[in-house]
Amino acid sequence: MIFKEKIRPYLYLAPAYLCISLIFIYPIITLFRFSFMRIRGPEHTFIGLSNFSYLFHDQIFHMAIRHNFTLLICVPVLVLFSLIFSSLLFDQMAGWKFYRVSIFLPYILAIPVVGIVFSYIFQFNGILNTFLRWIGLEKIAVDWFGNPSFALPTVMFVIIWKELGFGTILFLARLMAIDIELIEAATIDGANWWQRLFHVNIPQLRTAIEFYVIISTINMLSWMFPYIYVMTTGGPANATMITELYIFQHGFRFQMMGVASACAVLLLAVTSIFIILQFRIRGGMAIEKE
Amino acid sequence: MRKSRSLWLTQGRRTIGRTTQQFIMITMTFLALFPIYYMVVTTFKTRQEYHHNMFGPPMHFVLTNFEKSFRSGQQFITWLLNSTIITFFSVFIGIIFASLAGYAFAHMDFRGKRTLFNFTISIMVIPAVVMIIPLFDLFVRLGILNTRPSAILIYVGLILPFCIYMLANFFITIPKDILDAAKIDGCSHLRILWLIMLPLSKPVIITLMVVNAIWVWNELLIAMVFLQADKLKTLMTGLILFKSRNILDLPMIMSGMVVMTIPMFILFIVGIRYFMKGLYAGSIKG
Repeated sequence: MIFKEKIRPYLYLAPAYLCISLIFIYPIITLFRFSFMRIRGPEHTFIGLSNFSYLFHDQIFHMAIRHNFTLLICVPVLVLFSLIFSSLLFDQMAGWKFYRVSIFLPYILAIPVVGIVFSYIFQFNGILNTFLRWIGLEKIAVDWFGNPSFALPTVMFVIIWKELGFGTILFLARLMAIDIELIEAATIDGANWWQRLFHVNIPQLRTAIEFYVIISTINMLSWMFPYIYVMTTGGPANATMITELYIFQHGFRFQMMGVASACAVLLLAVTSIFIILQFRIRGGMAIEKE
Repeated sequence: MRKSRSLWLTQGRRTIGRTTQQFIMITMTFLALFPIYYMVVTTFKTRQEYHHNMFGPPMHFVLTNFEKSFRSGQQFITWLLNSTIITFFSVFIGIIFASLAGYAFAHMDFRGKRTLFNFTISIMVIPAVVMIIPLFDLFVRLGILNTRPSAILIYVGLILPFCIYMLANFFITIPKDILDAAKIDGCSHLRILWLIMLPLSKPVIITLMVVNAIWVWNELLIAMVFLQADKLKTLMTGLILFKSRNILDLPMIMSGMVVMTIPMFILFIVGIRYFMKGLYAGSIKG
């Protein structure tokens, strides 16, 4: 009987953790092994650090890293806009429920769908440029995705457009849970909208903001593949190449799985920093209070 | 509460006018909705009409684009079916497994509980792109590449850490007294989980179902790598093919995309009530 009590928890955990071992643990261990090998079909040869030295000499890899860092600019922009819109929605102006749904709507669309719609909007003869020419702004009607200097900023615009809804709703949900007396007190003290934003909303949202910053940073570093693949596939002239696409292309298009694994190892190393950070944020969890 | 909020609103309006608020929100809504509007109205135009009427609503309302995307031998229905099967089983199995594990974390004692839970949280952010190469290699050797169950297995694995985290944190808020009472009445653990825990966790479970279904339905990378055969393609990978084959027929591509968005839209509308609650209950403590 006692023995049964002891193994019971493990029986409940087994299905989930067998699955997790196969999908997370096995691949990560194998990945390190692969990063030191040349892989041609079933043939695996140990080649030391050659894959890593290939990466360090590859200009395209350098560009990919740079672009991932450029994408991080989206994070403060997302936080700022989410703060403003959630605080505005929190005032519950006429029609706020409609605005709330509208802002959240882009978030439920699939990235490939968003990517294709925007690739038509930003086409050289697409709807945006047609409009710009019509109102006489010929000069700004550039080839948004075709010009290397505009491609990445255009992609970033699309990312912000799509991801903003989540941040706004997240902050709004948190604001709704603030003690109403706190806001009353601020109002009675004569705080205006901006003062309330900085002295009540932002401090109250601190954990939510930290959480969102970390989630979005991880997003920008390692979940951008569908945007890039659908809109530009890394082009023009690698102007939008990112690490994920680099891994995908080397692993599945150029038959260089070793190089792709080495790149994935580096990406994992960077992500680990955020794993530690995330830990600190989520430290005070219910399960640990026992 | 209602009264005090309106009191505070009158105060607020002095500094940021109602007009300014409305102006900002309307601009924002326009930007958010325009691409969606563009996608939807284009669906109902012919190619000829689209070229001289890009912006406005359709003058001659046509449904031929839907018809074309479903017929024309594009296997659209196969893709729709694949997406549905894969999404359903991934989310269903994921939530069942996570409920069992979450229950163990919340209401059972075992060694290494804390370590295992922290481990689960930490793997939550590992990107899928890191795992695909070793998994691809493994699945080739096992001969299960290009099968639906193998893709479902990957999706289940990827959604598990988040589901376990949310459910464990919610289950623990359910008072132990209820459980003890049930135990005295002779309820087994499985029955407690099924008859007490899951019904009480409805907002969290619905949130998890909505969030994960949207994620799996919309996922591209794994679907591209692990489901390469034409008859196994999901809507997202099919869409890429569909677009390259009909690159010039914009209204038809838009109609295909509208069709693949509708199921998730319905799910979202059904789920939104629970969503706000569930998102708050699980994801942020503090």
